[in-house]
Formats: sequence, structure tokens, C-alpha cells
Amino acid sequence: MADARDAILERIRTGLRDVAPTDIAAEYAAIPRTYIRAGQLDLQARLHQLKERLRDYDTNVVETDAVSLPRTIAEVLRSHEQKNVIAADGLPEEILPLNFPFISERNASVDTLNACDGIVTACSVAIAFTGTIVLTHGPGEGARRLTLVPDRHLCIVRAEQVVETVPEAIDRLAPFATHPLTFISGPSATADIEMTRIRGVHGPRFLDVVLVQ
Amino acid sequence: MTIRVGESASAPSFQKAALPLLEDAQLRKNVRHATDVIQRKRGVVVAETPDWQELRTAASAIKAHTMRHLDHYLTQFEKACTAAGGQVHWAADADDANRIIVGLVKRYGGNEVIKVKTMTSEEVGLNDASEREGIRPHETDLAEVIVQLGGDKSSHIVAPAVHKNRSQVRQIFRERMNLPDLSDDPEELTAAARRYLREKFLRVKIGVCGANFLVAETGSVCIVESEGNGRMCLTMPEALISIAGIEKTIPAFQDMEVFLQLLPRSATGERMNPYNSLWTGVRRGDGPQHFHVVLLDNGRTRILADPESRQTLHCIRCGACLNTCPVYRQTGGHAYGSSYSGPIGAIVTPQLLQMQHGQSLPFASSLCGACYDVCPVKINIPEVLIHLRGRVVREQKSALDPEALAMKTAAAIFASRARFEAAQRLGRIAQWPFQSNGWMRNLPGMLGNWTRVRDLRALPQQTFREWWKARAKAGNTAATRKNNHG
Ligand code: SF4
Repeated sequence: MADARDAILERIRTGLRDVAPTDIAAEYAAIPRTYIRAGQLDLQARLHQLKERLRDYDTNVVETDAVSLPRTIAEVLRSHEQKNVIAADGLPEEILPLNFPFISERNASVDTLNACDGIVTACSVAIAFTGTIVLTHGPGEGARRLTLVPDRHLCIVRAEQVVETVPEAIDRLAPFATHPLTFISGPSATADIEMTRIRGVHGPRFLDVVLVQ
Repeated sequence: MTIRVGESASAPSFQKAALPLLEDAQLRKNVRHATDVIQRKRGVVVAETPDWQELRTAASAIKAHTMRHLDHYLTQFEKACTAAGGQVHWAADADDANRIIVGLVKRYGGNEVIKVKTMTSEEVGLNDASEREGIRPHETDLAEVIVQLGGDKSSHIVAPAVHKNRSQVRQIFRERMNLPDLSDDPEELTAAARRYLREKFLRVKIGVCGANFLVAETGSVCIVESEGNGRMCLTMPEALISIAGIEKTIPAFQDMEVFLQLLPRSATGERMNPYNSLWTGVRRGDGPQHFHVVLLDNGRTRILADPESRQTLHCIRCGACLNTCPVYRQTGGHAYGSSYSGPIGAIVTPQLLQMQHGQSLPFASSLCGACYDVCPVKINIPEVLIHLRGRVVREQKSALDPEALAMKTAAAIFASRARFEAAQRLGRIAQWPFQSNGWMRNLPGMLGNWTRVRDLRALPQQTFREWWKARAKAGNTAATRKNNHG
């Protein structure tokens, strides 16, 4: 196998004979990045765009403030008659409704995940321009399977986590670059049969975003 | 070394393979419908991206830079991935890759695998190689399930089952999933696939995936998908094996900001596809605890060695060039006899096969330039096609091959590169092949067949270019026009 490695690298180097030796870092730094990096929208416009684009891809968006957050979460869960709900490990207790019996993530087997009514997590970043929430799977965001196997995902997004552009999100994610990262834009979907968009294939079929400001 | 691209070594020429497909009215209708829908959606989301051209320029520069220093970035990726607990393997050709993957599956004691759609696995023929060794591969992307259960072949690099409509899908699912009462409602068909696959996701211990991007700086792998089948295969198994062409490398995490904007909009016409996953090696307590990457050459270093077609390796497999291509839209993907179809297939297949097979493919184009206009990484496909046509003619060894004879008559024209470039600059390139003296008679011959099919009766009264323009005006997207300055 070392042979294949050496042979491939050798073929690459031979194939690149026409490339003059250069300072690779300097050449990389000179790549033209004239695309938009920083957003223009103020907070309200940014949140508006996020809501609009989340809804455009079938996400249910509910707004609340920090004080009402636990009550709002309870209302959303009850409105879908969810009873067996798992909360991600590391979610601050004060944001969860007291009178709701959450199952904790650490006690949840795959079977529990498969049978539960839904899960609650936080996120790290949300992108208004694309209607995306990003999980870095640290405390409060769950291991990857938590937001995958259950049928309904409720995600808490704080206004200060919302950026406008993809490059702004990548900047914020840079410290987590080697974490598992999951970019979620609406519930899972397919268009493989006659390009008809069908919501809900293998990931959660329903995504609720509770936006807190 | 045995380089293989699907079954393309034994595939008939494009011109021969296309004829029966052109007679298949249902297939052509399905392909046209699907590509129309994707193009319309792409047009909307490209038009709302004010810096689309700047993103394309950056992507093109990032990819060109990466290819110029591919040895550097691959070894950087290897080091970072290994440090994070992954294992990196190098495969010189298709057989190498299959041997490595089958060996790993056996090492982990598995006799079945769940698979995320990967064109690279199709390229090396991994499913057949696995089955020969008693390993059952389960495709999990809905379109790949349709193709696999139907004993069919993929016809589009993003949407492999575009050539099937709902009632054909129902037929396959009824028989293969044993669901005699299934209707042809896409919602119900999708639900059937969900039930069929869920058990496999929760049970099978080994996953196989491709890679959309390999991030050299961090050693991370990125998979872009819609259905969640990708996340299932990346997350639930105990061991995960990713097969990736060496050209999938990008230098840094920051570069994701460019490609994550270009790929979804180009591929499915979405602002962002439902799920993008990035992961780095092994994460304790989360996801597979064994992770392997197989870096595949299989002819790619040959492409790299030709400076004039090196840009072929910039491709991010978005499929936009297929959807816009007037030839692909008529024939669908099967005529290309390769895992890679459409304009990108026409340039990548013969090059991977060192011009020994697939020589008819560079001629399966009208050189209208639509593929270049939509390509998110700005690959100048017409330029590469012309370059390859020249190579076919120069390198064609067998004087007895009738196709070779036909092509040889064009040698004089290809000989003058200056004339090609002048023609291209004048924007006449699209008309050009039809004005010349017989060397492209295959294509006009095909056009003759196209005209027999109902909806193209008007074709002979127009030049191809005029027909294309009229078509663009009538039904095409703002974006295609907007991008016409490429
Ligand atoms: S050549 Fe360009 S347009 Fe075609 S699939 Fe590749 S990236 Fe997409």
C-alpha cells in the first residue's frame, strides 16, 4: 500500500512538471475572494430573512423571548402531542419547561431514539441567507444520532447566533472545524421521483425552530 | 494497472448507444421534465445570489491552485486525518480500491454495507466486487434504491433515476419490496423507501460513502445530501469507509464557504440542501469508531499531467452541465456508457481511460457552450472537448476502425489550434461543427433521428444554435442568460 501511495504521489509530481516551484501559502493567499463575506442587514432584517427562508423549506418557526422560552417549548411540544421527548445533554436546565418529563440523552438507546416523539437541542450558528442551522455537537446540541433518528427536532436559536452570510458562519465555526458539523436546512427531503419535493425521508420529518430574542 | 470507469470499456460508441434511447419517448419525456425542473429552480436561486460570478471565480482559482499542488494537499490531508484517528489508504486503480474496501469490510466482520450515493464507487464497480466476495451492498439514496432494485444503471450524477417516472418506480417497489398495493403517489413511494431502509440503518454495522470535499487543513470529509440517508450511513454504523477521488481535495476549512454556496444551488436548485455533514477522523462516543478514507487515482494523475485538460479535475459533480446540455437532454445518461454522463462525462471518461475507450464521447456535443456558462467552477468544457477531439484523432491507432477513419478526415482541421481559438473567440464555435465537411456526420445523423421524434419536428429548419436560443428564450431561466458571459 505504501507502494500505491508513493506511485500516486510520484505520478502527481511528474504530471505537474510544468508548474514552477512557488510559495504555496502565498499563492493560496492570492486567490481572489471578491465575493460577499460580510452581511449588510441589521438584526431585525437578518432575523426576518432567516424566518422567511426557514419557512420556505418547510420549517415551523416560533418566536419567543428568554423569559418565555420554557413555556414556548412546552407549547410547541404539546401542540404536536409529543410526550416522549429527549433533551440534549448539556442544555441549561432553566430553559426547559419544569413540568415536562424529558428523557435525558445519556439514557437514550437507539431504540429509544427510534420510538420517541421528538428531541430538543440548541445550535451554534444560524445562516439567514440560506435558512440553515448549524450544529457543532457540543453540549446542548446532542451527538449526531440524536438529531437524526427521531421524527421531530425542536431547535432553539438565539438571535445573537444568527449571521447573514455563509462566510460569516464559517468564520464563527472555525474554532469547531474538527468537530462533527451538521448543517440543517429544513427537514430531510427528496425530489428523486419526478422532481416532486417530498418532505421527510430518513432524518426528522419535522423541524421546529424556536427563535429567541 | 487496470483503470476502469464503470463498464465503459465495453460500451458501444455514443452514437450507437444513443439511437435506441432516442426512440424511447417515455425516457426522453422523463429526462426532459426532470432537467427542466432542476434548471428552473437553479435559475431562481442563482439569480438571488448577487455575487455568483465572484463565487465561481474564487472556486475556479481554489481548485486550480489545489491541482497545482495536489501532492502537498493530499499529504496534508493524510496527516490531519490520521492525527484525528482516521486511516488513509491509497488506491492506484479500481481493483486496488475494491480490494482495500472489501478487505476492510471483512476485517470488521461484515457481510453487508449501507451506502451513501457515491459516483466514485460506481466508477470502480464496488457493488459488483463486493457481491463477488459475498458482501451485500445496500444503496440508500432513494434514486439509487430505484436503480439498484430495478437492476438498472444510473443515468445522472446527481439524480440517478431521472429516467424513471412514478409509475415505473411503483412497479419496481411493488415487486422488490413486496408491496402489491402501493400507489404511484411520490409521497407514498418515499414512505415505502423510508420503512424499507430504516431497519438497515439501525442494523448494518458498516457504512460506505464517497466524499464531496476533503479538507486538507483539518483532515475533514464533507458529504452534501438531502434525504438523511447520508447522515444515517455516516453516523449509525461502527465502521465507515469513504472512497474519494484525489481531486476532491480543497486546501482549507474556509474554502467551504465558497463550495457550500455553489454546489447546492447548482446541483438541486436549493439555497442549501437539507443536510451537509463534515467530520474529522473519529469522535469518541459519537458516530463510527473506525474510519477509513481510500484515496483513488484510477487515471486522475493522467488528466493532471495534461495542462490543457487539467481543469477537468476541478469538477464538483453538481450535474448542472448535464441539465443544460441539449445533447444530454435528448439522450439521457445511458448513451454515454459510463458512470459519468453529459458534458463532464464526455470529457472525464475518455481521459480516465487514457483515450483507449470512450473516444466517441468528445464528439457527443454541439459545442454550444451552455455547460461552461452554468459550471460553478468554470470548467471550459468546450475547450477541453476540442482538445480531446484532437487527441482522439492523433492517438487513434487502429486505421481499420471505421470511426477512426471518419475522424481522421478531421485531422487537418484540428491541426491548426489557432483556427480553433479564433473561431471560439468569434463565438462561432457552436455552428462550426455543422458547417464542416463530413467529419461530424455522426451528429447530423443523430439529429436526423431526433427529428423523427414528435416534439423536434421543427429542428431541420433551424440551425442548432437558433434552436438552442429559441429554447432558452421560451423556457429557460434568467440565470442561464445571466451567466452567459461565463
Ligand atoms: S463540470 Fe461543472 S457543471 Fe458539470 S458537473 Fe462538474 S462542476 Fe458541475
